[in-house]
Amino acid sequence: MKWFWYASPQTFYPLAGRIARWSALGAAVLAVCGLYIGFFVAPTDAQQGEAYRIIFIHVPAAWMSMFIYVVMAVWSALCLALNTRLSGMMAAALAPTGALFTFIALWTGSLWGKPTWGTYWVWDARLTSELILLFLYLGFIALRASIDDPRRADRAAAVLAVVGVVNVPIIYYSVQWWNTLHQGASVSLTRAPSMAATMLTGMLVMALAFWLYAIAVSMVRVRCIIRERGE
Amino acid sequence: MKPRHKRLAAIAFGLAALGIATALVLSAFEKNLVFFFTPTQVVANEAPQGRTFRIGGMVQTGSVKREGIEVRFVVTDTAKSIPVVYSGALPDLFREGKGVVAQGQLGADGVFRAREVLAKHDENYMPPEAAHAVEKAQKTLQLK
Repeated sequence: MKWFWYASPQTFYPLAGRIARWSALGAAVLAVCGLYIGFFVAPTDAQQGEAYRIIFIHVPAAWMSMFIYVVMAVWSALCLALNTRLSGMMAAALAPTGALFTFIALWTGSLWGKPTWGTYWVWDARLTSELILLFLYLGFIALRASIDDPRRADRAAAVLAVVGVVNVPIIYYSVQWWNTLHQGASVSLTRAPSMAATMLTGMLVMALAFWLYAIAVSMVRVRCIIRERGE
Repeated sequence: MKPRHKRLAAIAFGLAALGIATALVLSAFEKNLVFFFTPTQVVANEAPQGRTFRIGGMVQTGSVKREGIEVRFVVTDTAKSIPVVYSGALPDLFREGKGVVAQGQLGADGVFRAREVLAKHDENYMPPEAAHAVEKAQKTLQLK
């Protein structure tokens, strides 16, 4: 099958290079557009003033933190089920970027929380479950690093990634299931967004930029891992 | 079944079992995971007695009174309301008719003594002009 052609690290290596180049270019262009819309085009918010502009970083970062974890868990499940070499490497390549986006989401949220809510941190369901996500990423990276044999490290870390995926729907639905200080979703697939159109455009452009950035760096990282293992 | 299909089935089964277990644990925790109680819950004695907890709701319009450093306001969920007294700095987004979460204890007189007040922002983002338009539309609706 053609699909399995790229499952071999040697054939995937040059493809990963091409994907990395084009995604990096796209990410740079979109980030410039997104930040321009975010800082100069989008209007001030009626309630929060200028502090709301954190959403152009915070919301895409939070989306990516959850999405990357799901992708990582899918690769990990493939690693456990099919025992293919590339899937473990892909999961390993995604983890640092996921951890970075989780940290950015928590950090920017905290900076926004002080002027808006009146506190940097509260132990509500949304914030706590996002913090657990950061620990899952760090645990995944640490577990892989602690086992010398790369194939065994892949499998051990894959179990952790697959088990941890239950946390993702908890993060997403926490604002609906429980009373939280964090507000509900402004944008969802099922209803009209509750924000002004230019604000939404800026946020979506930034989300695309983050997406391409994540693809670019994980492709560069997977190439390093392939080389490291001498494939 | 090939070995890899077996492994795939085992992973799917494991995930399903884990998901069900998590769902059961979360539903058992449901009451304890709330960040705040609504005034209706407090009136129905669902909030912990004699302990610190948080109440959340809207600041009732026209209820905010400042006496020196002390602030008095009423938290409402439109069905029931609780008077709150607090001394200290309020967050920037503390507004009448907007969401608020207060942490403290309920006194025997039914007044909630808050030690910390947080503003709860809603999911609506709009420019000031749009906010004025919405306000105007609501006022004309009320007049009718």
